[in-house]
Amino acid sequence: MSNLTEQFKRSFAIAEKNIKIYYSKGPVILFGLVFPLFLALAYVVGRNVSLKEVLPGLISMTVFFTATSVGPSIVPWETRSKTLERLLCCPVALWTIMVGDILSSFLFGLVISVIPLALTLVLGIQPLNFIMLLLGLTIANLCFAALSVLLSAYPPTDIPATSMMLSSLVKFPLVFISGVFIPVEQLPQWGTAIASISPPTYFTDMVRRLFIDAGFYPLTLDFLALIAFTAAFAFAAIKLHEKTLAKRLS
Amino acid sequence: MDLAVEVRGLTKRYGDITAVDRVSFETKRGEIFGFLGPNGAGKTTTIRMLTGLIKPDDGKAFVAGYDVLKNPVEVKQRIGVVPEVSNAYVDLTAWENLALIGKLYGVPSQKLRENATSLLKEFGLHQVKDKLVRAFSKGMKQRLLLCMALVNDPEVLFLDEPTSGLDVESARLLREKITRYNKEGKTVFLSTHNMEEANQLCHRIAIINHGQIAAVDTPENLRAQSMELQYIEVAFNKIVNTQEFSENPSIAKTVPAGNKVRIYTADPATVIAFLAEYAKKNDLRILSLNTMMPSLEDVFLKLIRGKEAIVQ
Repeated sequence: MSNLTEQFKRSFAIAEKNIKIYYSKGPVILFGLVFPLFLALAYVVGRNVSLKEVLPGLISMTVFFTATSVGPSIVPWETRSKTLERLLCCPVALWTIMVGDILSSFLFGLVISVIPLALTLVLGIQPLNFIMLLLGLTIANLCFAALSVLLSAYPPTDIPATSMMLSSLVKFPLVFISGVFIPVEQLPQWGTAIASISPPTYFTDMVRRLFIDAGFYPLTLDFLALIAFTAAFAFAAIKLHEKTLAKRLS
Repeated sequence: MDLAVEVRGLTKRYGDITAVDRVSFETKRGEIFGFLGPNGAGKTTTIRMLTGLIKPDDGKAFVAGYDVLKNPVEVKQRIGVVPEVSNAYVDLTAWENLALIGKLYGVPSQKLRENATSLLKEFGLHQVKDKLVRAFSKGMKQRLLLCMALVNDPEVLFLDEPTSGLDVESARLLREKITRYNKEGKTVFLSTHNMEEANQLCHRIAIINHGQIAAVDTPENLRAQSMELQYIEVAFNKIVNTQEFSENPSIAKTVPAGNKVRIYTADPATVIAFLAEYAKKNDLRILSLNTMMPSLEDVFLKLIRGKEAIVQ
């Protein structure tokens, strides 16, 4: 047990290092800040809907893109600079490094998601349950951060741009099918089925429920789905990175 | 026997290629153990297996008393590594690099501050501790890597070509530090291309070639095992016909080397007497005569390429 605690402490040291190094990298700023901002503007400007209606999708999109912006680049960057080898020479398990990477992605998403949240409060739009919303933001950020680290596992490239580009190929379809643009309850049956495989669906649905009391799934299911996705992504990320590690080090 | 590293039949294959082939050797606690071999011989692969970076396909390895396969984290906790490629974080300062590594080894914060300060001072980096490593010269980066390898006060230090590509002053400084830390009780596992470095620093040397261990012994014993590689270099005042030399049973081979003749022999005293007699008989003057012991490089090349390659 103490060994587990010690490994978690070391995950925090890795997350701290990631924050110092990767938050200021160009692709992270581009995909984590600039891109969601422009996407949000494109989503809001010119639409004849109330801000309250637009907000759930806006928050969901921002959280999804910011929380997935750091993760895909860390491992390729560290492979290229051989610092991954440096980390693996230290007494840390591979999962310790992955948890550190997830934590740094999570914190980036969490801090940036304060912006749209603050905006809603400034505009006088109150959520029905603020604590639930914070809890939802936290679990959603964790889920998307785990997904981002999973996206960096394959292919085992040492080119961050390749990883970023390939992760975008997964991220965009996930957003488009998630009910960000059209609420899930307005989708046809096949649309609902497709939306159910996308993690942002449950977060968007949760935010809609908490702001306008409209949603397709029960709030508990939204939470459970996000927790299940988080566990699955984190587990898959560790296993896939384990599998591709030898190739990265060769 | 108190062993720091124990390797038994260690094997690593990449597809059809066997990079390390049933390698076995031991490193005693407190010694500097040299690991020599040409490029692609399997040195780095062996070090990577011993430091828990990659898993062997076969065999066993124990470092600091722990099984590398079964207890990789315990092994890593007790070792310090300077890898072949400089891999400090260039976007962090020297201090931040040391702090990160210290935290990853679980060094308590007060102890970490003391260790980091003392190491940075010792390696002449304290003045630049808050500068990004990106701005460091190669020598400074290499010194920082050694600091990072020492910050957890390891029992065994694995150094993969630590002085490769360094200027003379930096290389000498690192060698001095390696010797110092060894005298303080640390076991050093040193992979190097530099024969003189291995000769100067190592208590024992393993020579690896094509993934197999060719020899393990002290530098002196390795040289002594290759006495057929010792030679006498003689220069006469006239060009001589070396045909007559080959009739002498004590002479293994003669090789012209510029205006000198290199005579390979296991019995230099008899050959010197023969050369003096030969000069007197043929009215020649000996301008110079040197007995040359085989260098570690000769031994290395003999083991890698065979005796004939050296003599030629």
